[in-house]
Amino acid sequence: MPTLTYRDALNHALREEMERDPNVFLMGEEVGVYQGAYKVSRGLLETFGERRVVDTPITELGFAGVGVGAAMVGLRPVVEFMTFNFALLAMDQIVNSAAKMLYMSGGQVPIPIVFRGPGGAALQLGAQHSQAFESWFAHVPGLKVVAPATPADAKGLLKSAIRDDNPVVFLEGEMLYNTKGEVPEGEHIVPLGKADIKRAGSDVTIVCHSKTLSVVEKAAAELAEQHQISAEILDLRTIRPLDRDALVESVAKTNRCVVVEEGWPFCGVGAQVVDEIQREAFDHLDAPILRVTGADVPMPYNKHLERAAKPTVNLVIEAVRSVTYQS
Amino acid sequence: MTGLSTTPSLDRARLGFYRGLLRQMMLIRRFEEKAGEAYALGKIGGFCHLYIGQEAVAVGSIAALRDDDYIMCSYREHGHALARGVASRAVMAELLGKSTGCSAGKGGSMHLFDVSRGFLGGHAIVGAHIPLATGAAFAIKYRGTDQVSICYYGEAAVNNGAFHEALNMAALWKLPAIYLCENNRYGMGTALERASAIYDIAERACSYDMHAETVDGMDVLAVHEATERAVQRARSEKLPTLLEVRTYRFMGHSMSDPIHGHYRTREEVEEQKRLDPIPGLFHRLETDGLMSQHELSALDAEVVAEVEDAISFAEESPEPMEDQLYQDVYQ
Repeated sequence: MPTLTYRDALNHALREEMERDPNVFLMGEEVGVYQGAYKVSRGLLETFGERRVVDTPITELGFAGVGVGAAMVGLRPVVEFMTFNFALLAMDQIVNSAAKMLYMSGGQVPIPIVFRGPGGAALQLGAQHSQAFESWFAHVPGLKVVAPATPADAKGLLKSAIRDDNPVVFLEGEMLYNTKGEVPEGEHIVPLGKADIKRAGSDVTIVCHSKTLSVVEKAAAELAEQHQISAEILDLRTIRPLDRDALVESVAKTNRCVVVEEGWPFCGVGAQVVDEIQREAFDHLDAPILRVTGADVPMPYNKHLERAAKPTVNLVIEAVRSVTYQS
Repeated sequence: MTGLSTTPSLDRARLGFYRGLLRQMMLIRRFEEKAGEAYALGKIGGFCHLYIGQEAVAVGSIAALRDDDYIMCSYREHGHALARGVASRAVMAELLGKSTGCSAGKGGSMHLFDVSRGFLGGHAIVGAHIPLATGAAFAIKYRGTDQVSICYYGEAAVNNGAFHEALNMAALWKLPAIYLCENNRYGMGTALERASAIYDIAERACSYDMHAETVDGMDVLAVHEATERAVQRARSEKLPTLLEVRTYRFMGHSMSDPIHGHYRTREEVEEQKRLDPIPGLFHRLETDGLMSQHELSALDAEVVAEVEDAISFAEESPEPMEDQLYQDVYQ
């Protein structure tokens, strides 16, 4: 199986879907001539031309709206935000236009669009460039929300997102673009709405998505080696629709759960996961579910403070030892 | 570049066309009167923005379009839907929230849709649909067809970022779009001169090197001719146009608002009513010997009957079934 970076896996997904369907086009800031701010769209302009790889002015509300309008009449736009921090300017088009057009038109106007780009914190980018907005988008009926953690999932999920007839918010991890992983050759599709067990275990379920998978994997290895705790890692992959069955199945097996996410704690993705589990798997639980989240603060610039604001391996280990009554 | 259009002279050979415009304006007027009545009786809920006074704008401009063109509107769009030929029954049923409504009872007054007629909705966030209409124009260019995308919005929307972002891209990319501003002089209760640093909306187009025209919106034929020019520019030259159509609403902003009050005087409203586009067109037809008072009465009876039929249909239509609640959230 070939090894690809997360960036190239996304690039291949875009290229393959644009080759497959002439209605698919890419639009956003610096996606063409500049080859993408993070080089996800590298080479696409040369292959598909300016008609299908569209550089836009810095006008998020405007080009998100242009994408939704094009989707209203049957095109399948992929709208890139240079970061999802900038997508806040386009919230009106994502929430008020894309998410509810099908419903308020009585089923007449589907919006097959993907809004994609990096989300979450990188390194020392400060308060306005370091935010994880999964729960904002996941709150809205009509949107699907995807956040892949590995190159294989990035490719397979982006292809599914582009083929989906609904608006999909596709959050990439800014720190993941350079990470490498095996990606199956040929047509590789990962369905939306399906979580994935990244590591099987028997003592505790650790739920995560996107960049936190790497934190959780390190924690799981250490838990096994130093604490004889067998952790099962459940990567949500899709935040909405949430894979309730996978959550219940895993917790029914392990009886304990820790939910890890990069976003803020209040009304976060983890809050929803906890709610689902306590309703659907209450009798299976042997301990309260704990959450590990980003600190409930704007992201500080200082390196040490920033580190303290992010979910860490140690915080995950502590939480797991707590729910397994080892601490 | 700007300047009020001159009144075109009537052509006897086009009597059928004039009569059609008059009928549509009269239908919208009677329909809106009935909608106001139904709102007062509690049959229509929520917000309801009537089009009375502005009929010439939708009727004159939509008559210049082809069936495969795209239309996007703001939330004051009952008139546009009717002018586009969406059945009055389906529009009234939507206002009453019935399953037979053009949006299956889920859209309401502000969200009328009929995709089969290229009628891509009423949108209720001021200015937000201007980029959407630009997207439809983008799709036209992408596919290489000669359709046109027309967007209706009020003058208050031009102070909104979405307006500028959209017009910039339309001019930059040479998109076949028509941005028709219905300048009725008030954004709810705020007069244009209290909200905009410049009074002439058409001048905004200069910023984007876009062609613009100022049109008398109480003259349906002037609106029609100006729109025809914009359509021609979009179809053959693939260029956008900003039309500033000066009109006036005779009613309050919505059914919950007064017709006059702190923001405009009764005298001003009465003065504007003398420019009513419906008698305006009729008098020209009558003066030229093309139509009699008797024919006007017959036409009125015809549209009143259509509106009565629409309200009866709407009232007798079933409510959406409860299982519809979760339908169409996702495709």
